[in-house]
Amino acid sequence: MKLSGAEIVIECLKQEGVDIVFGYPGGVVIPTYDVIQRTTGLRHILVRHEQGATHMADGYARATGKPGVVLVSSGPGATNTVTGIATAYMDSIPMIVITGQVPVHLIGNDAFQESDTVGITRPITKHNFLIKETEDVARVFAEAFHIATTGRPGPVLIDVPKDVQIGEAEFSYPERPDIRGYKPRTEGHPKQIRKAAEMLTSARKPVIYVGGGAIISEASEEIRALSRKLNAPVTTTLMGLGAYPENDPLSLKMLGMHGTWYANTAVMMCDLLVCIGARFDDRVTGKLEEFSPNSKKIHIDIDPSSLNKNVRVDLPIVGDVKPVLQQLIPLVERADTEEWLQQIDEWKRDHPLTYANTIGLHEEGLEGVDRETVEKETDNFPLCAQYAIERIGQLTKGEAFVVTDVGQHQMWAAQWYGFSNPRSMITSGGLGTMGFGLPAAIGAQFAFPDREVIVFSGDGSIQMNIQEMATAVACGLPVKIVLLNNGYLGMVRQWQELFYAQRYSEVDLRDSNPDFVKLAEAYGAVGIRVFKDEDVEGAWLEASKVKDRPVMLDMVIAEEGNVYPMIPAGAASHEMIEE
Amino acid sequence: MARHTISMVVENRFGVLARISGLFSGRGFNIDSIAVGEAAEPGTARMTIVTQGDEMIIEQITKQLNRLVDVIRVVDLTGENYINRELALIKVNANQSTRQELVQIADIFKAKIVDINQKTIMLEATGNEDKIDAIISLVRPFGVREIARTGRVALARESSSKDTPSPEAPLPVWEKERRKITADLA
Repeated sequence: MKLSGAEIVIECLKQEGVDIVFGYPGGVVIPTYDVIQRTTGLRHILVRHEQGATHMADGYARATGKPGVVLVSSGPGATNTVTGIATAYMDSIPMIVITGQVPVHLIGNDAFQESDTVGITRPITKHNFLIKETEDVARVFAEAFHIATTGRPGPVLIDVPKDVQIGEAEFSYPERPDIRGYKPRTEGHPKQIRKAAEMLTSARKPVIYVGGGAIISEASEEIRALSRKLNAPVTTTLMGLGAYPENDPLSLKMLGMHGTWYANTAVMMCDLLVCIGARFDDRVTGKLEEFSPNSKKIHIDIDPSSLNKNVRVDLPIVGDVKPVLQQLIPLVERADTEEWLQQIDEWKRDHPLTYANTIGLHEEGLEGVDRETVEKETDNFPLCAQYAIERIGQLTKGEAFVVTDVGQHQMWAAQWYGFSNPRSMITSGGLGTMGFGLPAAIGAQFAFPDREVIVFSGDGSIQMNIQEMATAVACGLPVKIVLLNNGYLGMVRQWQELFYAQRYSEVDLRDSNPDFVKLAEAYGAVGIRVFKDEDVEGAWLEASKVKDRPVMLDMVIAEEGNVYPMIPAGAASHEMIEE
Repeated sequence: MARHTISMVVENRFGVLARISGLFSGRGFNIDSIAVGEAAEPGTARMTIVTQGDEMIIEQITKQLNRLVDVIRVVDLTGENYINRELALIKVNANQSTRQELVQIADIFKAKIVDINQKTIMLEATGNEDKIDAIISLVRPFGVREIARTGRVALARESSSKDTPSPEAPLPVWEKERRKITADLA
């Protein structure tokens, strides 16, 4: 039977098991939208800006592991997706972006709403396609899904001209496509794995350093098994948060620029560093020449180009993290790490994460408070962001989906929420996209309507995609926005304070911010303002009762709070600044 | 920074050249020359890129190229036993008194005369980069009007690998002549 190109597009999505599409219509995709309005079993979410659609699909993909799907029009519709595609690309998130294009005969003529979409998105997609014949639609979609979801995942864009949507062709969905230039490798090389097992078993001061690849690969169980069997501590990157439970005694929590003192020190002092699904990003390594100087390094990654890119390693293993660890674990034996773990416990005791709030200096893991250390006037002490995050972490038992924007609040959330489940931290790590949080949370909430989804955001970030409040309200999504409102672009302000002699340049939002409670109410959401630490719990409990619309908790925090510890950009980890 | 000859087989479809050149510019790698043409397998093209970089950069270049879906195979020929050639068209000023000398130079380099008129002569030279550089430097004093060079194309020899070097090749005629001429000039 012959189908139109637009009908084939929708059939392909169904064949791939897609049940939700985030999109925005426009001139050249009307043929496809005409099919959507009469299609059952495929939900279309009308967003308010195409960038929002991409972040929603991204959040959906991060929460589920399934590819997120976006449908937008040509020209500005397509260019508005660029930031969202680049965000997904940097964090290896599977995504299919379908863009309309002007009819084939008009391509290159500067037609109305024409842009060279495949040209613009070439460096930020894993691959992209321009379809010129309706006969090719099914094959291209099958290839696109295959490429997006296998190997190191990533976004794939498909540009579909209007006449290709209108034209007709026989439809049959191809079996698993065979692409001669694309053969991702999953199993690790047995010889390399044997060598890794020897190195691991004979290490005295090992550290396991886990990145987002472990979460993509669903390898949390294997990471746990490896660390238990070896008796070795585990640190995670921002993208790896949740791959290993932070309340486990072997956890070092996060490493890197705003990681814990003990994680960074352990990495600096270790004799074996096992990098699993991470990429030695500059926010992790700091000054490369002084990064983990005395260790042998093993690196497991599915993407050969990640190996030896930033740091030369002694043993590279190309392969998917989960099967590689399954090969590796039976070969390792308990290493003699008692002394090392004692040393680490000492570091944890002497250099815990800390923050100061109304009730005193607070240390992680401490019951109660240390009133003697801080003698501030509690009346004037503003709400403490870290406290709010930690308290909400306790109230949700660390089981919510935590979505963040980018800035100080992101780092505080990474430090204080307390992650124990993979996929529970949804954040733009690689590109660092402000405005990611709210739409990504909407995507996660669509995937899990009954789970608690919290956005930690700042007053800068939230305004970058605030229009998606309308989408959340329209769809009745109970996303909780915890706005850590300091009236500043806080992270830039912190750098200007610490490294530019407090010359604050264009970071002050205090006089120009809207009333966020009223703003939430204007959209039809619930707004609650919180001023004090002791009101956090009540406000959260009130918010969590709302099940049919978003809630904005406008938490007015200290204007000039900083994120500590901090390794200045380009410095070595022993140059860490503590509070 | 050593020069490397990267040879690859790619899908012969539109946009592939842009993907590859975009990868080089986007990641800050250099391209000294690039040559593309149809390859043996139907629907594929062979692309030869001459680039520069230390060991880590060249490793990155080949790995990043391999990541591209449209790239089927990548080989760094440097250190391998391979043949490389370039073709150049050179348009040189020529009058009655200089024409004979140019024909002689062409002869030494086994270059063809592909166009000739009252004022100019066009030579077609084939060979490795040194040879092309040599013929150009020899005809330059006559006044070179225009040059078109293809960039390097290369193929690995079938029989030998790194471990079995090919027999020492005798010095080509043009190289002997060039050395003689430069010695005479000195």
